[in-house]
Amino acid sequence: MSDDLTRTSRRKFLAGAAGLSAASLAAGGAVLPARAENAKNLPPNVADWTKQLGEGVGTRAYGQPSKFEKDAVRRTVPWLTATPESSVSFTPLHALDGIITPNGLCFERHHSGIAEVDPADYRLMLHGMVDKPLIFTLDELKRLPRVNKIHFLECAANSGMEWRGAQLNGVQYTHGMVHCVQYTGVPLKLLLEQAGVQPKAKWIMAEGGDAAAMNRSIPLAKALDDCIVAYRSNGEMLRPEQGYPVRLVVPGWEGNVWVKWLRRIKVGDQPWFTREETSKYTDLLEDGKARQFTFVMDAKSVITAPSPQTPVKQKGFNIVSGLAWSGRGKIIRVDVSLDGGRNWKPARIDGPVFDKACVRFYTEFDWQGEELLLQSRAMDETGYVQPSKDALRKIRGVNSIYHNNGIQTWALKADGEVENVEVG
Amino acid sequence: MSKWVKAIRHPEVLGRRPSLEGRRPGSQRPFILRGPLRGHLRMMVLLTALFIGGLAAPALAQTKTTPRLYGIGRAATADQIAGWDIDVRPDGQGAPAGKGSVKEGEKVYNERCAACHGEFGESAGRWPQLAQGKGTLASHDPVKTVGSYFAHLSSVFDYIRRAMPFGDAQSLSNDELYAVTAYVLNLNDIVDDKFVLSRKTWGQVKMPNQGGFYDDDREKTEKAFWNSRPCMKDCRPPVKITGHAQAVDVTPDDKDKKGGVE
Ligand code: HEC
Repeated sequence: MSDDLTRTSRRKFLAGAAGLSAASLAAGGAVLPARAENAKNLPPNVADWTKQLGEGVGTRAYGQPSKFEKDAVRRTVPWLTATPESSVSFTPLHALDGIITPNGLCFERHHSGIAEVDPADYRLMLHGMVDKPLIFTLDELKRLPRVNKIHFLECAANSGMEWRGAQLNGVQYTHGMVHCVQYTGVPLKLLLEQAGVQPKAKWIMAEGGDAAAMNRSIPLAKALDDCIVAYRSNGEMLRPEQGYPVRLVVPGWEGNVWVKWLRRIKVGDQPWFTREETSKYTDLLEDGKARQFTFVMDAKSVITAPSPQTPVKQKGFNIVSGLAWSGRGKIIRVDVSLDGGRNWKPARIDGPVFDKACVRFYTEFDWQGEELLLQSRAMDETGYVQPSKDALRKIRGVNSIYHNNGIQTWALKADGEVENVEVG
Repeated sequence: MSKWVKAIRHPEVLGRRPSLEGRRPGSQRPFILRGPLRGHLRMMVLLTALFIGGLAAPALAQTKTTPRLYGIGRAATADQIAGWDIDVRPDGQGAPAGKGSVKEGEKVYNERCAACHGEFGESAGRWPQLAQGKGTLASHDPVKTVGSYFAHLSSVFDYIRRAMPFGDAQSLSNDELYAVTAYVLNLNDIVDDKFVLSRKTWGQVKMPNQGGFYDDDREKTEKAFWNSRPCMKDCRPPVKITGHAQAVDVTPDDKDKKGGVE
């Protein structure tokens, strides 16, 4: 992720689109249903679709979402980067529920665009400090024993724009560089065993087959622990945007090491200090020194609704819905605060809880139009508690770009609008 | 192949995750269960192994399986490897034959790089800046460049080799690669105008921010974030809003958005 991400940019402000703030003023407490109704379809009338035949089978060979769900799309922030080929698009977290991200909505981060790899010409090379350097075709990888694992993938720069204060007004933009899918693939350990790792080996380097040939060093211990050479996501073959036909899955670790379009794994006895692990993906602290190899994603959570893109529409009974995840293991608890972190209440985690995967949490609240400051706080099985943004800044300053897992605050206003705010 | 059919499936695939400590893959005898042992009995053996493991870890280590070889995948030839083996380490391992001078690099740079990175590495428009920025890392506006931030020559060289020029990757000859790298170093006052970069002179390059990094220490420096009983009540004084995203107003427009209370 480019450094541009963190600049609270005056120039953008001046050039900026009026955007959400204008929309919220217009809304001003009025009764605005999400979509205009058509009385013709409402009881006692019988709806069109109840009377007419619909399209037959096969007209939608690959099914698409309803045309009424246009809001659930990846979005970009054009001013963030110089070019769309090395840029990012964000998962519409506000439009999703449960823990699984639909394949077409998983955020994108490419460094040289989407490589379109012909599966017939796909090769994975495994070499370096091994007894037998090997090459696998895609079919060969698919013949090997496979595992199915659900894991979150978070870009280290997720929330990176928020280090200096509230900047982007939407959970899609503040937290949308995370997704969670089920991977199918071969344990990397199994592949390394086929080549025979030599005793002095300590690191591997994974390299992509795209025009960035993205390369990262990963400790051998992690490679032999839970990494997967994956070719499927949620049952179907990976999408090109996610590295079709093969990507590396490095559970709990920053997204950048999950090399897409994986073409090569080299085994060595020391890290490579690639550009992506020195110039980028290192965390610059206040004193001008930087942490390197900060692989693990700290526990984090965010309320996905209500949030700026999903305002509250009704007084009375309402539900806070959110996502939590930790790179250190399972999420064991999520607390929700309605008063900016003064008082907390454990939320209800609903649905499966997997190791290094997203969990879904809910908290119910009765809302009578008062202003609320909504926060969530995740806790994982190691006892790590998601810190406040200020607690994080106290240690890390505001220059580190990456690994911002501070607690997010949404201000719910009298008119039901929600805004990304900073609290003190 | 038939003997393998009877073998136990790979431990990873069984969902068991044996500890790998002190073990070299390929160094132990196979742990193979034959036909009748599969199913029930295999489960029992596994459970026993896990149970023993819980009491005495070394005992489990004794029962480790030799990695199963599937006979799938082909040997990579030296020729195939050579075509893809482009990584270079800080110590110069992997650096190809060839050489290039700052002077030759200036020509390559002006033709192939300056349009984006600027004549002096200052950046043309919004592309990454490659030079200057020294002394800014501890400031409120750190400028990270090859000269101010990169800790290793290999990080620059390896990256240009694989990814630059942006949109025409892996198109430089080795001599051009050495030359343009030397020129980028020269733009950062790291080498003088006469410098020639090659495997021989590799070790002479001293990157200014070499000592600027240390390994992840979060588990020590951020120990306070581990807290089994986080505060639940009256945890802080009344909260004030200190910043608004709407005031910054850099969020892309979302035309479908509708708000309001019914
Ligand atoms: C079309 C524009 C363009 C051209 C031409 C170009 N680059 Fe780049 N360069 C980029 C972009 C974009 C990035 C960042 C890519 C990313 O981060 O994914 C980059 C990154 C770099 C970096 C890493 C900078 C850092 O701080 O991490 C170096 C070094 C570099 N380029 C050198 C070169 C050299 C040498 C050439 C000429 C041989 C060149 N570039 C040609 C666009 C360009």
